Amino acid sequence: MDGADPIEVREGVDRETVEQVAALAGAYKHGWETDVEMEFAPKGLNEDIVRLISEKNGEPEWMLDWRLEAFRKWREMDEPDWSMVRYPPIDYQDQYYYARPKSMEVKPKSLDEVDPELLRTYEKLGIPLKEQAILAGVEGAADANRKVAVDAVFDSVSVGTTFKEELAKAGVIFCSISEALRDHPELVKKYLGSVIPQADNFFACLNSAVFSDGSFVYIPEGVRCPMELSTYFRINAENTGQFERTLIIAEKGSYVSYLEGCTAPQRDTHQLHAACVEIVALEDAEVKYSTVQNWYPGDEEGRGGIYNFVTKRADCRGDRSKVMWTQVETGSAVTWKYPSCILRGDDSQGEFYSIAIANNAQQADTGTKMIHLGRNTKSRIVSKGISAGRAQNTYRGQVSMHPKAAEARNYTQCDSLLIGGKCGAHTVPYIEIRNNSARVEHEATTSKVDDDQLFYCRQRGMDEEEAVALVVNGFCKEVLQALPMEFAMEAQQLVAISLEGSVG
Amino acid sequence: MAANPGTPVGLNPNGRRARNAKAKRDATEARLAPLSPPEGPVWAADARAEALERVRAMGLPARSDEYWRYTDPSTLTGQGAPSAAPLGGDEGQVFGEVDALRIVFVDGVFDPGASGDLTVEGVEIARLADAADIHWARGLYGALEAAGQDPVDRPLAAFNTAFATDGVLIRATGRAARPIHLVYRHEDATSDAVLHHVVRVEEGAEVTVLETGPAAARFNKCLEVDVADRAAFHHVRAQGRDHDRRAATAMFARLGAEATYKSFTLTVNGVLTRNEHVVELSGDDAVAHVAGAAVGDGATGRFHHDDTVFVTHDAERCESRQVFKKVLRNGARGVFQGKILVREGAQKTDGYQISQSLLLDDDSQFLAKPELEIYADDVVCSHGSTSGAIDGTALFYLRSRGVPAEDAADLLTLAFLAEALEEIDDDALAADLRDRLAEWLTRRR
Repeated sequence: MDGADPIEVREGVDRETVEQVAALAGAYKHGWETDVEMEFAPKGLNEDIVRLISEKNGEPEWMLDWRLEAFRKWREMDEPDWSMVRYPPIDYQDQYYYARPKSMEVKPKSLDEVDPELLRTYEKLGIPLKEQAILAGVEGAADANRKVAVDAVFDSVSVGTTFKEELAKAGVIFCSISEALRDHPELVKKYLGSVIPQADNFFACLNSAVFSDGSFVYIPEGVRCPMELSTYFRINAENTGQFERTLIIAEKGSYVSYLEGCTAPQRDTHQLHAACVEIVALEDAEVKYSTVQNWYPGDEEGRGGIYNFVTKRADCRGDRSKVMWTQVETGSAVTWKYPSCILRGDDSQGEFYSIAIANNAQQADTGTKMIHLGRNTKSRIVSKGISAGRAQNTYRGQVSMHPKAAEARNYTQCDSLLIGGKCGAHTVPYIEIRNNSARVEHEATTSKVDDDQLFYCRQRGMDEEEAVALVVNGFCKEVLQALPMEFAMEAQQLVAISLEGSVG
Repeated sequence: MAANPGTPVGLNPNGRRARNAKAKRDATEARLAPLSPPEGPVWAADARAEALERVRAMGLPARSDEYWRYTDPSTLTGQGAPSAAPLGGDEGQVFGEVDALRIVFVDGVFDPGASGDLTVEGVEIARLADAADIHWARGLYGALEAAGQDPVDRPLAAFNTAFATDGVLIRATGRAARPIHLVYRHEDATSDAVLHHVVRVEEGAEVTVLETGPAAARFNKCLEVDVADRAAFHHVRAQGRDHDRRAATAMFARLGAEATYKSFTLTVNGVLTRNEHVVELSGDDAVAHVAGAAVGDGATGRFHHDDTVFVTHDAERCESRQVFKKVLRNGARGVFQGKILVREGAQKTDGYQISQSLLLDDDSQFLAKPELEIYADDVVCSHGSTSGAIDGTALFYLRSRGVPAEDAADLLTLAFLAEALEEIDDDALAADLRDRLAEWLTRRR
């Protein structure tokens, strides 16, 4: 930041916060392209393209039928218009739906066979595809033996997956979804679309028809996954949509922590990304799903950037199962994303922690759904939205207590911060209570700082500003701490922001 | 595109949205076909013609509309009112002790015999049906309703402007000597009443409007209130407790600088009630409080109560409060859709919104959508929404002190409603309504 700072800031807003947000938007670090020879399916979308994608992935017949069924449904559907995001109509015929590096035509048997140019891409992103102890760039990790397995997806294909063998020893299956369709078709067939049905919504339906690759995770009964799993998505080719599909199955009593990261080159045109993530948690299983979404956000004038339309849903099928979504959303021109939990099992739990930052012309409409079906189910929602420039940031959430969800509990807290007078911050909660033993509390306040805590700090001799900083910091950490360490480091760099003087 | 014409770009011609839009157009035209505009002054005829165009353009509400997500409008929009037996009895007694000008409508028809002379010191009063062609309400009738159509369609209010048979035009030029009490009697089991009132409170003036009674089997009422700088408008309403009546009411208010607007509504029973409130704070330092208490027992018919409130801050240092409480039992359904919109430049806004429900048994439902939409960075806005059963600990405490279980439950229920009743400035009016609530609780045991 030079001296000529154009942003007017009212008193009480921390200057550092403003600069951090500006710095975030100013320099998109991952805006470069990888120059590899690509192979595209013809532009546009029709049944032949769907067939072609299925064929390229070498899929069984039932999978193709499922895709075609989705495609036919999609043609009858409307693009959603209820979110607070505005963009020119998307021409779905003016996109490529399949793009893969030529070198991936014959699937490499191991990482050693992968085109070095692709490996360099991930190295440059800080995600070297080597079976090393920890992700590069994470300094001072407490435990040097921590391991993270990575599945790297480049446009429409998975480039490679690390630590597969070590995971296999524990019984964990971690591979691309195309491999899973080949090697474990019965599992895919049983669970695919069982959490997000084909026609769930326009974008999920499109994804069901044309998804190209994505990750597949299966954690067997009683297994605590020996390392964190992660998928890194990279959009590289121009005019190409990315449609990945992730399926995570956690059997009884299992545990897994899964991380997802994404980036894209800097271009003047918008690119479409419509992903689906399905999670099935059976009895006593626990899944942590963490995302740092850093797609290219477009420039200051709103040229370019990713249109990010994502459906993520977890089905807590088993009693006492638990799913935790944590997201740090900083990228994309348009974000439309509501990671949700269906709390079907008795005593199951859902949690959602989110920090969404929108700057310049970015628009984010994001939140969660907590659908309480089982008895004694619990959910917790903590959402922080930060808007700057001309950005619009909306929290949209649903908490639904069904008649049989006796003694269910929900607590929701949404806070928003506006930096400058040209942006917007919005809160759109839907609260549906259909039984009287359920207790729901929703709060969205500007007084981010709890008066009691503030009073306590001041009583101990802190001045007001110090007290506010301490309390706010503590609260922001609550979200950041929900992230696994590797991501927490990255997220902290993205979000090292104080929420002083914020507005709700 | 030609290769694949069925693929959506923008609106899908094969999609549900296109089908819904067509169904809505057809239903609206069918509803409007047999209707003709009522008689009245020339200026009203012009405003009605414009309102009719608005209805046509928007279409009457349908369940597929986001704004009618939780309330089925079909019996409010359909041809003819579903039958509703008048309860009779003590309805007329609410605010019976208050010294006020009573203006009585029976099933939407003015009753001159039961009404007082339309004179109150500091106020000019006329009826819409026989207002002069040169009148202060010209240019105001339907104007706030029209302005309130953005950003959300309110077609039932536009329908009201187009077809209201009567209403009261109230212009306060000073401090009104006594309140104006609009009494709505319901006698005919199939009456379908449409009334439209306009209130203009001139600079520095002050007036109180009371409304009581069930009005009709189906009642569509619109009240436009234009509050000038430093003027004050007070409104207290008790919607009649006929079990089967239906009502769609809309209040549109515009506030000048340092103006005050306070409205409270008590709803007891009624099979279907939709109360919309649209308030625009357009002068600096204005204050608007909108509150409501609803108690409903699903077993006496059904009970569905919907409070839909939209407060827009378009000036600096304004304050708004929304306080809505509901007590629901036996499958009663309560809806709250509230919104605070703070426009760019409306700095130092203080916006507050709370919606709470007490569910007295397992079958009742509370559906809420409390929204904030904020485009200014120096504001304090908060909203909260809670729902739950009577606090078992509090109940136990009272019982341990010798209070019988039923009395204890009533006491806690009244305490829950108190925050909304406190929004009424006039203690006598508040006390009258508190007695009504206590009676309701006792009757329901």
